[in-house]
Amino acid sequence: MDLLNNFLFIALPYIALTVFLIGTIYRYKGTKFKFSSLSSQFLEGKKLFWGSVPFHYGIMVLFFGHLTAFLLPDVILSWNSSPLRLMILEVSAFIFGISALVGMFSLLIRRKTNPRIEIITSKMDLLIELMLLIQIFFGLWVAYEYRWGSSWFASVMSPYLTSIFTLNPQIDAVSRMPWVIKIHVSLAFTIVLLIPFTRLVHLLVFPLSYLWRPYQKVIWNWNRKKIRDPKTLLNVTRSKNN
Amino acid sequence: MDVRSQVSMLFHLDKCIGCHTCSIACKNIWTDRKGAEYMWWNNVETKPGTGYPTKWEDQDIYKGGWEKSGKSISLIGSGKLKGLVNIFHNPHLPVIDDYYEPWTYKYSNLIEAPAQDDQPTARPISLITGKPIEIKAGPNWDDDLSGSPDYARKDPNLENLSPAEQEAMFQLEKMAFFYLPRICNHCLNPACVASCPSGAIYKRGEDGIVLINQKVCRAWRMCVTACPYKKSYYNWSTGKSEKCILCYPRIESGIAPACMHSCVGRIRYLGVMLYDADRINEVASADVNNLVNSQLSMILDPFDEDVIASAKENGVADSTIKAAQDSPVYKFVKEWGIALPLHPEFRTLPMLFYVPPLLPVMASLSEQKNKEQLDKLDPIAKKWDDDWLYDTSTEELWGTIDDARFPLQYMANMFSAGDTCKVKDIMKKLMAVRIHRRDKTVGDLDKENVKKTLKDVNLSADSADDIYYLTSLAKFDDRFVIPPAHREQAIEMVENTGDVKGSSGFGFIEKPARGI
Ligand code: SF4
Ligand code: SF4
Repeated sequence: MDLLNNFLFIALPYIALTVFLIGTIYRYKGTKFKFSSLSSQFLEGKKLFWGSVPFHYGIMVLFFGHLTAFLLPDVILSWNSSPLRLMILEVSAFIFGISALVGMFSLLIRRKTNPRIEIITSKMDLLIELMLLIQIFFGLWVAYEYRWGSSWFASVMSPYLTSIFTLNPQIDAVSRMPWVIKIHVSLAFTIVLLIPFTRLVHLLVFPLSYLWRPYQKVIWNWNRKKIRDPKTLLNVTRSKNN
Repeated sequence: MDVRSQVSMLFHLDKCIGCHTCSIACKNIWTDRKGAEYMWWNNVETKPGTGYPTKWEDQDIYKGGWEKSGKSISLIGSGKLKGLVNIFHNPHLPVIDDYYEPWTYKYSNLIEAPAQDDQPTARPISLITGKPIEIKAGPNWDDDLSGSPDYARKDPNLENLSPAEQEAMFQLEKMAFFYLPRICNHCLNPACVASCPSGAIYKRGEDGIVLINQKVCRAWRMCVTACPYKKSYYNWSTGKSEKCILCYPRIESGIAPACMHSCVGRIRYLGVMLYDADRINEVASADVNNLVNSQLSMILDPFDEDVIASAKENGVADSTIKAAQDSPVYKFVKEWGIALPLHPEFRTLPMLFYVPPLLPVMASLSEQKNKEQLDKLDPIAKKWDDDWLYDTSTEELWGTIDDARFPLQYMANMFSAGDTCKVKDIMKKLMAVRIHRRDKTVGDLDKENVKKTLKDVNLSADSADDIYYLTSLAKFDDRFVIPPAHREQAIEMVENTGDVKGSSGFGFIEKPARGI
């Protein structure tokens, strides 16, 4: 049992994080053309709405919820000190979970039933979607069965994750967790591990910078004033489109 | 004044014969690939008609282009907020069925079918799924008004036409139409660039060509919505958007783009225009009835001393200025004023201009008046309709334009944001050139009248001859004045050419240096 726990909570996280880091950087640098969200809306637009929108908004809220609980456990704990606020947090998180689950489910159905979408579906797409579906399902199970997750996450998972990131893994507390939670945690790391091998990389390039860049974009192949100035004949900075 | 140069284009619609050679040339070079089969970076549509993709001009459906908001403008269906909120599902994205599902035929059936009683057939096969499909639409499904009235009557440009005028057009469906070849306009205020969340689309500073960096595009597909001309296409296979690149590899080496090079009707012209980039925002936000004039006013006179000086100061090469002075596009657009941009009301400041067609407009169909002529006609001609006749008399100089058989409002909706005066002015000029040339070559017209005609439209006899020359006789080098790309200078900014010294060729990517 110890061996398994060691593997799931020490080895797997480090393998996953290493592969994720090296893999995504390599992919971003090396195979840029393949870095895309691979949207399939162009082939089928209606059913996508009922899958993509609830899934993405659901999973985004949940992701940032987990992140907040990990980074600011005290904030969550003090928020949860009042039962009403705890209920609000738990119930709304659960609703977003349902939304993500329903979304992912309809995306999978769409993938398997629409002949056009099937053509552009890769094995990795199916694998990762299935894993996400199972992961969300386990997440909901955990939330329903082992209340109140938002509180014990802050006191159990946050220290554990911190210990992982500070290279001093403490797994006593997580090892004693029920197996449902253990699966949820290990699946999470497995998904992180798979990110560089799937279309999930698109979440790393979410175009937030669009908000502050000017609308129009002009790229000059060479600096048109410098090129005519005899003093700066050689300039070895590569232009952006070259 | 921020003087920049733009490679711009001019299509002379009177000359287009609708042969689609341009589309094929483009397809063979650029879009003959998986995921791009449905794309026609260059397409030719019949007007009146719904075009490609179906009803692309109707922004109530597609939400492309800019709209006025307050003193400035904003993107209609995309933009920073709308774009990011709708990134998971873009409600205004056309789907492939709005274009058509690409297909091929299973030709092997014809050869391999076993002996049987019936003729074997080559069934249509979808190029997406590889399964047999029922073909419902295809490129130019309504070519030459086929499929009308279903197609032609849905043309968004029919808006603002009185029911009587519309009815007249539908009578005409049987006889009058023209072709509209379209490529990306390489706009000065491109909506595609502005809408791209990842910043993959950019305008090249030197020549104004608008390109999509394939390594940065992440399939957020906002450009497809934003381009009101629907000239940015989504490749469903690679998950990247693609668009007309104005054959920049050819332009850089001084060759005309493939569509232009191959154009059978020789309707296409390409040349440089200098413009004032400081005024882009102001011009794009102009009042709707002032849009065309302000766009034309931001195009600068390449002979003006001040313009030349600021251009040089801005790093525009001498050879580019020279090309701007020789530009055929400048002549048509600015000097003679007989060309207009397509749908200026989309506010992207398109830099592809059109000489509106005179022929379908001319030759009014006059009612009753022609009764007596009608009697002289062959019975077959009469079949059309007893009261209508194709009238080409030039007796009344502008009469034929005034009661044109093709409502001017229709042309105006396409080329001048609804302003019929502009289109009419151009029609008159085109007509004047014809009258002048007839006087010169046949000489059967009243001299006084001919002079008056030219004076009416403010053309000198020489300009009329120039228009005639550039329209009808122009040689390859007159039609395409392509500035050198100055890559030879560019390379020194990009890399130290000395770096390559000491490298050997044939497969060595690494410099063959001594190991460690
Ligand atoms: S025509 Fe469309 S794709 Fe081309 S530059 Fe203008 S907005 Fe962009
Ligand atoms: S090749 Fe020229 S004449 Fe033929 S359809 Fe294209 S633009 Fe028109």
